[in-house]
Amino acid sequence: MWSFSELTEWIDATLRSLMGDGWALFVEFVLIGVAVLVAYAVLALILIWVERKVCGFFQCRLGPNRVGKWGIFQSVADMIKILLKELIRINRSDKVLFRMASFFVIIGSICTFAAIPFAKGLQAIDFNVGVFYVLAVSSLGVVGILLAGWSSNSKYSMIGAMRSGAQLISYEISSGLSLMAIVVLSGSMQLSEIVAQQADTWFIFKGHIPAFIAFVIYLIAGHAETNRGPFDMPEAESELTSGYHTEYSGIQFGFFYLAEYLNMFIIAAVATTMFLGGWQPLHIAGWDGFNAVMDYIPSFVWFFGKTFFCVFLALWVRWTFPRLRIDQLLNLEWKVLMPICLVNLILMAIVVIL
Amino acid sequence: MKEKLINRFDWLTEADVVMSDGRLTIAVEPAKLREIARFIKECGYDFLVDIVGIDYGDDLGTIYYIAKGSDTADTIALQTKSDNRENPVLPTICDIWEVGQVYEREVHDFFGIVFTDNPDLRRLFLRERWKGFPLRKDYDADPAINPIPDRNELFIDMDALPEMESDEDGEGRTWKMMYDDNDYIINFGPQHPAMHGVLHLRVRLDGEIVRTVDPHFGYIHRGIEKMCESYTYPQILHLTDRLDYLSGAINRHAFCLCCEKAMQIEVPQRAVVVRTIFDELTRIASHLLGWGSMCMDMGAVTAFIYGMRDREKIMDIFEETAGGRLMVNYHTIGGVAKDIHPNFRRRVKEFIPYMRKMLKEHHMLFTGNPIATGRMDGVGRLSLEKAIALGITGPSGRASGWANDLRKAAPYAAYDRVDFEQVLRSGGETFDRYVIRLHEIEQSLRIIEQLIDNIPEGPYTAQVKGVIKLPEGDYFQRVENARGQFGVHITSRGDKNPYRVKFRSPSMVLVGALKEIAPGNKVADLIMLGGSLDYVIPCIDR
Repeated sequence: MWSFSELTEWIDATLRSLMGDGWALFVEFVLIGVAVLVAYAVLALILIWVERKVCGFFQCRLGPNRVGKWGIFQSVADMIKILLKELIRINRSDKVLFRMASFFVIIGSICTFAAIPFAKGLQAIDFNVGVFYVLAVSSLGVVGILLAGWSSNSKYSMIGAMRSGAQLISYEISSGLSLMAIVVLSGSMQLSEIVAQQADTWFIFKGHIPAFIAFVIYLIAGHAETNRGPFDMPEAESELTSGYHTEYSGIQFGFFYLAEYLNMFIIAAVATTMFLGGWQPLHIAGWDGFNAVMDYIPSFVWFFGKTFFCVFLALWVRWTFPRLRIDQLLNLEWKVLMPICLVNLILMAIVVIL
Repeated sequence: MKEKLINRFDWLTEADVVMSDGRLTIAVEPAKLREIARFIKECGYDFLVDIVGIDYGDDLGTIYYIAKGSDTADTIALQTKSDNRENPVLPTICDIWEVGQVYEREVHDFFGIVFTDNPDLRRLFLRERWKGFPLRKDYDADPAINPIPDRNELFIDMDALPEMESDEDGEGRTWKMMYDDNDYIINFGPQHPAMHGVLHLRVRLDGEIVRTVDPHFGYIHRGIEKMCESYTYPQILHLTDRLDYLSGAINRHAFCLCCEKAMQIEVPQRAVVVRTIFDELTRIASHLLGWGSMCMDMGAVTAFIYGMRDREKIMDIFEETAGGRLMVNYHTIGGVAKDIHPNFRRRVKEFIPYMRKMLKEHHMLFTGNPIATGRMDGVGRLSLEKAIALGITGPSGRASGWANDLRKAAPYAAYDRVDFEQVLRSGGETFDRYVIRLHEIEQSLRIIEQLIDNIPEGPYTAQVKGVIKLPEGDYFQRVENARGQFGVHITSRGDKNPYRVKFRSPSMVLVGALKEIAPGNKVADLIMLGGSLDYVIPCIDR
């Protein structure tokens, strides 16, 4: 299987031959930063289009169909529109915090995005505590959401932000604990190491029942962390107009919007990495011919295929279920998901010992 | 009842109690109103249908229509008058019939009648500083008197109740604040995605929990009742469609029935049956939209689109025959506007099995959904007594177990010859109000199924004179609209224009129910309860 490390090493070698080590490193940082940002923006546009199209099919509609064939340039047109919109100044809002909030949200999201192994040899940040890093950075977003709700001096935003705070902090426990189950199974926290271990069998198969339970809980909790229906209480459009980002306009609203879609992708990507083997192809022990054929499919196709499958699950749920109420939501987390997660962790430990 | 009244009150004479238009009409002095009202209530008349205010020229009067809760067709009209045009004062009846409170506010707003002891006598539709009372005959509509304000006005009546001790109007009133400084008040509406129009709710919150709800109306008030007084009867028909726009055809039916009754026109059987089919199709369309928007209030957008998709089929059927989709403009005095389209029968017959199939899908998508049932379970209980006291008719009242369907109680049009069930549920909870609409769609399909093959041949409209004049008198007609009992009151003085027209809106009292059932629930439930009551704002802001 072809590895992207050949490409990256060639770039590295070329740069070092042209300039000093320090400068080469600097240029590489800039290149990586630009690449991550571009990938982030492009993926967001694709996701927005996919969501609108999929949702259209669920609802017996066509979805976007005017800009380009099948409306594929619809989200590009929307992006241009949102860039041209006025940034409205809100009376008696906290100007500095109001402007900062959207950056908090998007920075948290981009930092998590950078840590994902997209294909063989294609990963920007690879710590030895990668799982912790992902959990820590992704929870930066809640600070942004709380600030957005607080600083915009609107009662709807305020309620949305408070709901969001309660919801995100609760669901981070479940999502963290379900990832811990895999950490117990693999014995490593480095994302590249976790992916490498799944070369033969994906963890969802290797980990028996506990891994499957952890996978389902992670999808639920992750879904809740992205504030998407049935867990979209912070923005509940029929109750709070749109919750914490009610008062935002233009590209600042765009940041929240991008972050929402990318967070959905990130949750799916982390689920893929941790449970579904990341970019590893599907291998079945003993079926050598089958395994060889699978190896011909490029690694990034595997990764994006699995991730978009998880994204599709999220869209399916979102467009089918009504919204939960805040007390039901917290009950679900504290009385159902978290106890299951804790028991599951012990179960996983037993599986590993045996 | 007549003998009972005359025996009980020796000051009542035969002339005061007359039987007209199938109901007992009692004329009383304002001072004796409460006494007789209490007696009528004791006799089982516990449902106040409507209060109609009338400017008789010298006097200002009110007519109270009161029905039995157990048999809503059995109605009594109570008339009273005040001869003081400067400071008209009448006693309140809102402690006898709870719903009277909001009706009295409406009469106060338009006629300036002060109801003593009504605890909340703010103007209902107009703003507090409005000069004059629009439905009085001597009202001056000069825009210079009530100019459009060029800057933000402070609405005192948003946070305060007037103290009625000082009987002067306007500036002379003293106000009592409703809220503390520490209360968290949030405005839902007039512009809000879940307000089904431009309703404005002032909600006092305690965290996520709703403490009080204070509805404000009037943001799209068009003065239809005042317009009616200068329109001819066929012209008024067009306004009726625009009240509750989702059951436009049924509202129009009520007005036609009222005029036909007054003029004693025999409507051809073909028109009667076609009208009934149109009414039932309208009811299905309205329930589908009501179902969908309630689901959307709970966050299920897909369900809303499904409801709209099925409603579209009905709109197409309407369009083919009548030309209109939402405003069908089909019923006329004496019949219908034109004959049915040749495709009408076939398309309706195709629609019935389609809708039955889709109902199953709707149940599968939403009724059985664990999140949906979890949300609706045990929230917003409205007891039977409360439903009658608040006048909650229609599906919302029947969900509390109140048999108030006029199609059964006082069959009009072709309802006496079809076999259908009055769907009743006993819980009175949100789920009952939700599911009863889907069950009523099934019943409506049953009615259409029985009628569609039996449309009699013959003329589709009776011969009606070019200029329609109603004989002098008061006429009141109710029909079962998709939201409850819709009533039309016409006072005629024999001209080609009515002297006074009043519409009884089933939606107005539904908002009153929200005040009753929402406190103690979460914000999310407030929106859901609003959806389950399914009010339509243009019907309130007539």
